Amino acid sequence: MHELSIAQSIVEVAGAEAARLQATRILTVYLAVGRLSGIEAGALQFSYDLVTEGTVLAGSRLVIEDVPISIYCAPCGALRELPGVNRFRCPVCDTPSGDIRRGRELDLTGLEVDERVAATCETLSPVNGTDAMTGVPERPA
Amino acid sequence: MTSTLPATRIVEVRAGILRKNDELARALRARFEAAGVFVVNLVSSPGTGKTAFLEWTLTALHQRGVRVAALVGDLETDNDARRLARSGAPVRQINTHGRCHLEAEMIEAHLDGWALGELDVLFVENVGNLVCPASYDLGEALRLVLLSVTEGEDKPLKYPTMFNSADIAMITKADLATACEFDRAAAGAAIESVRPGMPVLACSSRTGEGLDEWLALLDRRRSHWRTQWPAPGVVPSPATSSRTVP
Repeated sequence: MHELSIAQSIVEVAGAEAARLQATRILTVYLAVGRLSGIEAGALQFSYDLVTEGTVLAGSRLVIEDVPISIYCAPCGALRELPGVNRFRCPVCDTPSGDIRRGRELDLTGLEVDERVAATCETLSPVNGTDAMTGVPERPA
Repeated sequence: MTSTLPATRIVEVRAGILRKNDELARALRARFEAAGVFVVNLVSSPGTGKTAFLEWTLTALHQRGVRVAALVGDLETDNDARRLARSGAPVRQINTHGRCHLEAEMIEAHLDGWALGELDVLFVENVGNLVCPASYDLGEALRLVLLSVTEGEDKPLKYPTMFNSADIAMITKADLATACEFDRAAAGAAIESVRPGMPVLACSSRTGEGLDEWLALLDRRRSHWRTQWPAPGVVPSPATSSRTVP
């Protein structure tokens, strides 16, 4: 089961993006997973919950977009979506094609970040003394 | 009531999850091309006969004066590496300690001390598994998938990702085909269905049947690859993919 390794890679990649966005909490991770990527969504979800513990992704939701396989059919001169994963023939004219244009993706496509927490980073600076969670100015200690 | 400001924001991102592995694999591929070493990644389910096949191949190439070496991935034990070392070729074990596949960084970590420029062909025996190794590029020039006659003809339909990612299919244990009532045509059709146009060979490491044909095909692929990367030491154009085969 390599989904555990994949989940660890998600933590690395999404964690780096979160840092770039200066977000300290991620609520949702959006992934595009091609049917030819070799990833089993259930196993990935299971692994994800394990490896995100204690990270910026802890408790976040993993939303997986299933990307079907598209091939280019030369006789038709068109992209054709395949109904399955084990018959690489044009569903219209039945010509074999190994020219795969979609379906191999394993991409991070989006992140849902908590704005209130993102605001915390700013509000902790001495310039702005507003409570991050409530937006209410902090009382002096 | 306090005002209900939107609390969250969705940010669009575009990043490959395996980008670290893929970048490393690209660097390895450039390094292999510059050194003139043709790298073959062997993938299959467990028990297909990868080690016997590799033992035969290494011995035959070594005897013919081709400078070969092998990296052998295994979950535990170095049994396979010790077996392969009998061929006379340099062999190193990569113990994955339970990981079900090899990754590019494991390959890189095991090249230390090897003068790549003094090698012609490097074989990588992946972990026996028809699922996980498909996702990891190791910087190889050729991916060979093995399917034994004892496994059933429909394996390619059940594991399309692995067969689809391969360049050549090899049916092993051909000497047992009759006993297993193996239908070669059905297996060929299954492979063609998931990877149109992929060459399919058959061999037996026990009888030697089909192995000369394999060496001839390997030689043709390597010659073609060398015309793309003619002189070791010349830095190749990064835009060209070595996975493109006529």
